[in-house]
Amino acid sequence: MAGIAKIFQTMDYGPAPESAKPALAWLDAHGRTFGQFIGGKWTPPDPARLFDSVNPATAKPIARITQATEAEVEAAIMAARKAFKTWSQMSGHERARYLYAMARQVQKHARLFAVLESLDNGKPIRETRDIDIPLVARHFYHHAGWAQLMASEMAGYAPLGVIGQIIPWNFPLLMLAWKIAPALAMGNTVVLKPAEWTSLTALLFAEICQKIGLPPGVVNIITGDGQVGQMIVNHPGVDKIAFTGSTEVGKIIRTATAGSGKRLSLELGGKSPFIVFDDADLDSVVEGVVDAIWFNQGQVCCAGSRLLVHEGIAPLFQDRLRARMEKLRVGDPLDKAVDMGAIIAPPQLQKITRLVEQGKAEGAQIWQPSWACPAEGYFYPPTLFTDVSPAMTIAQEEIFGPVLVSMTFRTPAEAVALANNTRYGLAASVWSEDINLALEVARKVKAGVVWINCTNLFDAASGFGGYRESGFGREGGREGLYEYVKLKELKIENGKLKKRERRAKNSPANSQFSILNSADGIDRTPKNYIGGKQARPDSGYSRTVFDASGNAIGEVGEGNRKDIRNAVEAARAAAATWGEQTAHARAQVLYYVAENLSARAPEFAARLVQQTGCQPDEAELEVAAAIDRLFTFAAWADKYDGLVHHTAFRNVTLTFNEPLGVIGIACPDEAPLLAAVTLMVGAIGMGNAIVLIPSEAHPLSATDLYQVLDTSDVPAGVVNIVTGARDELTRVLAEHADVDAVWYFGGEAGSAMVECASANNLKRTWVNYGRPRNWFAFDAHNQAELLRQATQVKNVWVPYGA
Amino acid sequence: MSTDHPRNPGISLDLAWVNAARVNRSAVERRVATLPGRRTVKQNWQAAWLLRAITLMDLTTLQGDDTPGNVQRLCAKARHPVREDLLEALGATQLPIKVAAVCVYHEMVPTAVKALACSGIPVAAVSTGFPAGMNPFELRVKEIEYSIEMGAEEIDIVISRRHALTGNWRALYDEVKKFRETCGDAHMKTILETGELATLRQVYQASLVCMMAGADFIKTSTGKAAVNATLPVGLVMCRAIRDYFDHTGYRVGFKPAGGIRTAKQALDWMILMKEELGEEWLQPGLFRFGASSLLADIERQLEHHVTGAYSAAFRHPMA
Repeated sequence: MAGIAKIFQTMDYGPAPESAKPALAWLDAHGRTFGQFIGGKWTPPDPARLFDSVNPATAKPIARITQATEAEVEAAIMAARKAFKTWSQMSGHERARYLYAMARQVQKHARLFAVLESLDNGKPIRETRDIDIPLVARHFYHHAGWAQLMASEMAGYAPLGVIGQIIPWNFPLLMLAWKIAPALAMGNTVVLKPAEWTSLTALLFAEICQKIGLPPGVVNIITGDGQVGQMIVNHPGVDKIAFTGSTEVGKIIRTATAGSGKRLSLELGGKSPFIVFDDADLDSVVEGVVDAIWFNQGQVCCAGSRLLVHEGIAPLFQDRLRARMEKLRVGDPLDKAVDMGAIIAPPQLQKITRLVEQGKAEGAQIWQPSWACPAEGYFYPPTLFTDVSPAMTIAQEEIFGPVLVSMTFRTPAEAVALANNTRYGLAASVWSEDINLALEVARKVKAGVVWINCTNLFDAASGFGGYRESGFGREGGREGLYEYVKLKELKIENGKLKKRERRAKNSPANSQFSILNSADGIDRTPKNYIGGKQARPDSGYSRTVFDASGNAIGEVGEGNRKDIRNAVEAARAAAATWGEQTAHARAQVLYYVAENLSARAPEFAARLVQQTGCQPDEAELEVAAAIDRLFTFAAWADKYDGLVHHTAFRNVTLTFNEPLGVIGIACPDEAPLLAAVTLMVGAIGMGNAIVLIPSEAHPLSATDLYQVLDTSDVPAGVVNIVTGARDELTRVLAEHADVDAVWYFGGEAGSAMVECASANNLKRTWVNYGRPRNWFAFDAHNQAELLRQATQVKNVWVPYGA
Repeated sequence: MSTDHPRNPGISLDLAWVNAARVNRSAVERRVATLPGRRTVKQNWQAAWLLRAITLMDLTTLQGDDTPGNVQRLCAKARHPVREDLLEALGATQLPIKVAAVCVYHEMVPTAVKALACSGIPVAAVSTGFPAGMNPFELRVKEIEYSIEMGAEEIDIVISRRHALTGNWRALYDEVKKFRETCGDAHMKTILETGELATLRQVYQASLVCMMAGADFIKTSTGKAAVNATLPVGLVMCRAIRDYFDHTGYRVGFKPAGGIRTAKQALDWMILMKEELGEEWLQPGLFRFGASSLLADIERQLEHHVTGAYSAAFRHPMA
């Protein structure tokens, strides 16, 4: 050890090791080998299937864990299924007691968890001790509360069943908590697979489940690689998959589960912007960058990896950043005075190295501190790229390492444009002392979380999750609960609807269109409705519309992919301004639509009779319901409020229900007017623009509607209508990269097609799996569901302090 | 350990720079809250750092009941801050372990000067109507002159908080500039009394103005206000010092004072200095603690380091 007199001169820091002994003793107590945790019991480790769990800081194995078999996955899912019966029937209070016990246990063994996590993952003990583990405990506390309150606060909702949860290696125990706590709180049981590189804290957590007497099968921990994950994803006994990981795997899971009816939430990659205006507290911004990209070695899905700096201050700011980087300390993760630990594993290190080399090759300027990383273990130094342009690979691809790329902007508008120039949309950080500017940018950035003058803050009370290809669903807060519940079954069946469907299947009597079949003897020409104009179909073809008896009653355009393309472009152009209108202004338009529909009610009723063969009183009922529905969502337009979350920091965490942007809507054949109006008004009331594909069988109610829209001040492009073959047109929408969501109410195969095709850009989907619904019965929960489908939650963190 | 850096001569008042200052309190607090978790010193490093802390100390007594008796006692402690046997055990007998200065009121300056004769330890006098700074300007200037005449080599002045609070930077600049001229060769520490300023931004601005006016040190507090030296304030002042150095090339010292009582606190401050300003600011020429009871805790920690057993205050000679 260096002498005191010498240190007195040099004033070095010296080593400050946290002891690994208790964690190693725990591993030894298990013979350093682990089986699966199924139904509250451990399976014996099978020597043939053991693989190493490596400490990334030393590159040496510290334990061996088991690759699960198909049979073990099956057993775990069966155990969860069995446990679900009693767990879901327990009172919220009983479940709250278990979640509370988990929180307490995590706190009581906090240091063991922290040290084990650091050993297993390579992240600094400072982070596991001060950030990961406290957040884990907080998450269980918070959700103990939601379990307690479920009966009242989530009335009308029921648990989903067995949840398959697959989590990544970057925050092993924290991601476990984010997954397990809400699932259990809402009465589900889980089968969780930790990442194969970092399973140890999940196994320690399993012991806690045993210790607190959690009923067997409520939590099952299955270890292994992606193949095991695949088994869980494909297993028919799983009701929902919750996945956190790469966008690439997220897309595979979306495709694999398409049409299965499994619920899905995905928390995926990011290339989050970190925006610095010239009126920011620049010294604090430098620290923010440290927390943004050199937290957990940059292996953070929401890492602020794209630095966007106002051009005028960029050189000064980058100088300060380099000076700060020089002072970062990389080394033994168990040293209490290091800023950065080790990269998780060689493949990740290789990926970082490859992308950095590519950045250099593409002409960006690299800067790294003068000091060297430890030679043993998988380390990579903090790295800054300047002279970066969006066209470079390193500006677009998620590096998932301690590599920051820096670009400049001239105006706030350009900052927003650069920020949104990405397929991802997980998080953003905005730095300015001007609250007007900061909030404006926060609203305009496409991201699920926006941190103003802060970064990488997390709390159980606030939802976390992405826009765009960063996935969908939220974890944390009230918004996160909906990922683990479904509406309780409503036993309402409308006999009249069924009768009508039957009639529609009658054989055609007069399949040739004749003006003699039209209502008033005039050959009407309903066209597509795109950008506020009636547009002839690109194909130049029309399709015949039949009545319930099979008589031709009119013709509509045979829409094709180009019509959809045009409609999406019109919708995209309209979406921004429509979404930024005040909710009051949108509500006024919707009421006006109702007013004008009402004025033409007899005509719309007659059209329903003509198309569907229903009785006039049924038709009048449907028109009346449509008018009522317009009023309902006009009413909601300015009442679907956000929240202010009570997060554990001095700030306001503002939750906005933001429009998605462009929604493609395929309407069902049942209730052709009411369903179309419901979906339309739900979507546009929240500020979306839509491309609506009317009922294939009865499209005329929707095409009649555009005259009403024209007279009701609906801005051009907010509603676009394309008639034609529903599934064919829907596929174009589902594959379209500039469509943010697709709602589909049609057949089972069509539902699967939509979910599968949506994987292209991971757009949100809402499909009916071929099950018709009663559009007349639309209670508060149905309304809430539609409003949730029409919005995405953005949480904006605004710290304050004079 | 002497620092060879040119003394800050001050520059002309640059209001544009002052007005451009931006400080975000939440971000500042987050930095200081996480810093002790990011850096720490253990074992020999901790002992060495604590010895260094002693050499950065302005051992202080600023009480209405000060008499020559207790000031002499303080000065004796300043010369021999640590028990010789401890220094031996630490292998530190060759190190120049004595405090940086003794800080007293004007009336106690002659006593202190006499008691510290030939020790190399300067006497610092608080001045300019300390702590409120509400005396007539001419008298405040005179007070500096008197203390220097009595042998004070360092003058800790207080600023007129009203100038900062009302944004009258010109008045603050002129006042501090005059004090600095009056100080002559005596080193001037400028007390902002941050506990009486409005915001962290104002702390930053006042720091800049005082440095522009020629302060050798900027100092947080008198120790007489409800809120004294806090790490957020310290961070902001350090950043102002760095900013000033980057612009002018002149290094200005920093002195947190008031409420620093434990060895752990001292280490946190030193870590802040090393991280934000660098090791040059761990020298008495650029960094001081204003402290009265800190030394006693450091002695106990040093004994603990030597013996492995926790120590007691009465085992160490009192000041």
